[in-house]
Amino acid sequence: MTPAERLYAGLADPQSLADLDAEAWNGVIRVARAEMLMGTLGTRSMGVEILPRARLLLDEAVATAQVRQAAARYELSKIAEAMRDTGIPVILLKGSAYLATGLDAVAGRNIGDQDLLVPEADLNRAETALRAHGWQPAKAKGTYDDDYYRRWMHELPPMVHETRGAVVDLHHNILPRTARLTPRPDLMFAGRVEVEHGLFVLSPEMMLLHCATHLAYDGDFLGGPRNLWDMDRLVRTFTGNEGFWDRLQMAAAAHELTAPLMRALRLAAHLYGTPSPGAMRGRTDIVDRLAIAKLYGHDAYGRQRRHGAAFALFVRGHWLRMPPLMLARHLTTKWRARRREARAAGR
Amino acid sequence: MRLRIGPAIFDLRSPFRRSVGHLAELYRDYPQGMDGEVYDFAVRARPISPLRRWVRPTIVFDADFMVEDIVPVEARLGLLGFEMAINMQMALGYRREIVFHAASAAKDDRAILIVGDSGAGKSTLSALLSYQAGWRHMGDELALLTFGPEAVLRPYPRPIGLKNESIAVMRALAPADRFGPLLTETVKGTVQHLLPPQSAISTMDEPARPALIVSPRFRASVAPEQRRMTQSEAYLRLSVASTNQLTLGEAGFETLVDLVRNVPAYDIVYGSSEDALSLVDDLWREAR
Repeated sequence: MTPAERLYAGLADPQSLADLDAEAWNGVIRVARAEMLMGTLGTRSMGVEILPRARLLLDEAVATAQVRQAAARYELSKIAEAMRDTGIPVILLKGSAYLATGLDAVAGRNIGDQDLLVPEADLNRAETALRAHGWQPAKAKGTYDDDYYRRWMHELPPMVHETRGAVVDLHHNILPRTARLTPRPDLMFAGRVEVEHGLFVLSPEMMLLHCATHLAYDGDFLGGPRNLWDMDRLVRTFTGNEGFWDRLQMAAAAHELTAPLMRALRLAAHLYGTPSPGAMRGRTDIVDRLAIAKLYGHDAYGRQRRHGAAFALFVRGHWLRMPPLMLARHLTTKWRARRREARAAGR
Repeated sequence: MRLRIGPAIFDLRSPFRRSVGHLAELYRDYPQGMDGEVYDFAVRARPISPLRRWVRPTIVFDADFMVEDIVPVEARLGLLGFEMAINMQMALGYRREIVFHAASAAKDDRAILIVGDSGAGKSTLSALLSYQAGWRHMGDELALLTFGPEAVLRPYPRPIGLKNESIAVMRALAPADRFGPLLTETVKGTVQHLLPPQSAISTMDEPARPALIVSPRFRASVAPEQRRMTQSEAYLRLSVASTNQLTLGEAGFETLVDLVRNVPAYDIVYGSSEDALSLVDDLWREAR
């Protein structure tokens, strides 16, 4: 078994970790660190008898995650405070949402940036409110990056709090404006669910759809093992809800996200044995095979070895993200910026 | 190779024979082997591109906690890269104790903690203490403080990175076979590593209770001076000097508050090593 296989098997069935010897653990720890899954593995393996030094390193990661989650909770209360008088509905996405709802996916998870979704019409007002409370844009106005975010992305450039350093990503959709698929934020707001401090989260089916889209459509499967673990936890939490799969299927159709959902369910089933109705998984294709090569492609030091697959997925991610001419312009600009930096550094 | 430094086990690899040789020499007194152990951190050197293994050989590093800050180094300076990468693993990845960017040394079961920015003279003072004044060396770069009201410092003794003028000073005081290779034209000038005395390495599992905190500053030919810090000053100074205290939450906060309440802290300025040692000596006697 490869280190990645052992890690995924260990998350799905923690008891399997009891059989690992030191060298197997050394590989698992490298992959778990590279994939930001140490804290999750730590909480999953509680109560299982494993090597004491492995326990030591896992506990360290769990403690770190707990401190960061406490900090994230505080940030949520400050965000709520900043947004309270604006009347703008704020939906928490990803980690922040799992934290605010106490979902299983949050156990041991490192929560860094806060991802927020607001209606596009309120985007400027939301930015102003956050700026008034100390969050400042990380990219200078008028630069290519800032301009790119505002014109073409589904979020503003990251905003960093001037004293606490906490980062907020303010979204108005879950995919870039330039992407081939166009999910519908109006439906997301219609189905929102209230949580603490007057903030909201997505409906269960939309939460799962977002997770799937993030993994299978937006980008190159970076952070894939963690995203798929979130998928697994969400599916297992919601699958008992009456009529969940029907609602999920309808929502996927309404947002044009059926294909990414099916792919994410296939991959989650592959890594973690995540249950789902067969009709919602569909058939394996070439992208699945590339993704699987990448998801299992770590060496014993946690580094990616399947460079071909990784590159093909990188190309695909950009292809889906923007039309070809725009892609050409974007890559040229980025390449020239890198050349400039390299020249400045004397390389 | 695998080796243990204080509480942490490192797995170090390099395709460059010269760095492996340097590492083997510098770490010869440290526990090695440990094949059947779960190790803490992997650090691996590799050529920046296949060609650069042979032509103008240049090394980059891969490690558990990312080392993008370590710019590619010439192969002949591989040792420096390893030292930096090892430090960075502890600074970014170690959470079992509070990690300070500080030197430490002990007499019996009590310790002095020496904090200060890079270049303030930590390494030199720490080398003088162990090779001239009879202190037990506990570390010149990072110090580890356990949690709780009875917090102790755990040794993390490393080859002491001497720079420029301090190399000659220490050559007069320490045996020649404790010195690593002379590395010239590095970003920090000339660097040479000085192995701590063997006794410091064989006692690296014995902690000591902090009894004095000093923040040294070397300024050529000034009169020696000392100034007691207030508790809040000391807290701030230590918190800033720590690489992980803020990420350790309440436990990290409480431990540090307890430390500055119970242990006196001083700024010291000196112009010569004699002055430095006598200042520390005076403060140490008072601290008892």
